[in-house]
Amino acid sequence: MKKRILTGLFFVLFAIICSLSAYSQERHDTTSVSGQGETKKKFDASAFILDHVADSHEWHILTKQNGETVAIYLPVILYSKEKGLDLFSSRKLAHGHIYKGYKLEEEGDLKGKIVTINEEGIINEEHLPLDFSMTKAVIGMLFAAIVGLWLFLSLAHSYKKTGISHPKGIQSFLEPVVLFIRDDIAIPNLGEHKYEKYMPYLLSAFFFILINNLFGLIPFPPPFGANVTGNIAVTFTLAFFTFVIIQFSGNKAYWKHIFAAPGVPIWLLPVMIPVELIGIISKPFALMIRLFANITAGHIIVLSLICLIFIFDSLAIAPVSVFFVIFMDCLELLVAFLQAYIFTLLSALFIGMAVPEHH
Amino acid sequence: MEPISFAAVGAGLAVIGAGLGIGRIGGSAMDAIARQPEAYSKIQLAMIIAAALIEGAALFAIVIALIK
Repeated sequence: MKKRILTGLFFVLFAIICSLSAYSQERHDTTSVSGQGETKKKFDASAFILDHVADSHEWHILTKQNGETVAIYLPVILYSKEKGLDLFSSRKLAHGHIYKGYKLEEEGDLKGKIVTINEEGIINEEHLPLDFSMTKAVIGMLFAAIVGLWLFLSLAHSYKKTGISHPKGIQSFLEPVVLFIRDDIAIPNLGEHKYEKYMPYLLSAFFFILINNLFGLIPFPPPFGANVTGNIAVTFTLAFFTFVIIQFSGNKAYWKHIFAAPGVPIWLLPVMIPVELIGIISKPFALMIRLFANITAGHIIVLSLICLIFIFDSLAIAPVSVFFVIFMDCLELLVAFLQAYIFTLLSALFIGMAVPEHH
Repeated sequence: MEPISFAAVGAGLAVIGAGLGIGRIGGSAMDAIARQPEAYSKIQLAMIIAAALIEGAALFAIVIALIK
């Protein structure tokens, strides 16, 4: 029953995406055509790469020769105190158009953000509307979440049907991984009595990061290829969850270690306490930056190698470039697994340090 | 000639640091495996984890270089 609901959810999400389907856009501004004429714009590699790595309100598929873009325009959901809730397709804001007093900035400090603009054309730079849109990363995340849920609910369902017997099907693939997380990450760090409380979080974090990393490597079709874990807001949230769990499960011994570590002379305490407090913040902070930088760096490398073809503007570079891209993709595959493992391992380590077993 | 981009120089220095660190870890791992071939999988696991952590530190620097 649950599997059916999930399959239904998946198709609903897919149908929503298709119905905001690929619109082919006519060239609206005829004034700029006369200016450019036939000059080919020089290929700007860094802008291309950074645009692909960053989040965006539309899913750009391709740009045809005559300048038309084929893209999937994702819904924009905005909330601001003055105007309330607004929901519309980002097609209305494409190419710098102004719709209902909103404008998508394309250059400058606020690039990529939606601002409110009143009739005189003055942009309110202090109060941007709250942007709850379903951007590329949100769709990618939801897709990965649905795939993960489907995998694990099937796993649970097959356990219910056949009991604890020899694994077959999806079990034989997922069970060793789950056992690996339990035996090599959870139990050594959290102790044998307390690890069960934290297993759901560790498993969720591991598989969420892994699935999103892997889907980010697949460029095509649309719900793949969204750079989710390379988005610093996503990794910030994951690190924040770890931070919250650490603080809420810290027992008295943990706080004693921070504020009055045993064996520290009193005159050293004013130095140790700020250091320990910074340590509380810096450990999840490092988790966040590590995951973000590894995944984003991998994407940037692959995109740069492909851009080589366009920078040199010759087809002869293509075999070399594609060979390097394949090699880098294998490395990226390793990094995907490794980063998920490291995030989970370090989370378990930090949580374990907060619930120390007494010697 | 374009002026020097210090961000790129900084990123290059960070990669030197990462390369040296991970090279040393790889070297020690090789020595350890040579001394005790049975412990190969444990040593390899520890080496990969240490390499990932060092690379995390180097990527801090690259992120700062990217921001500039």
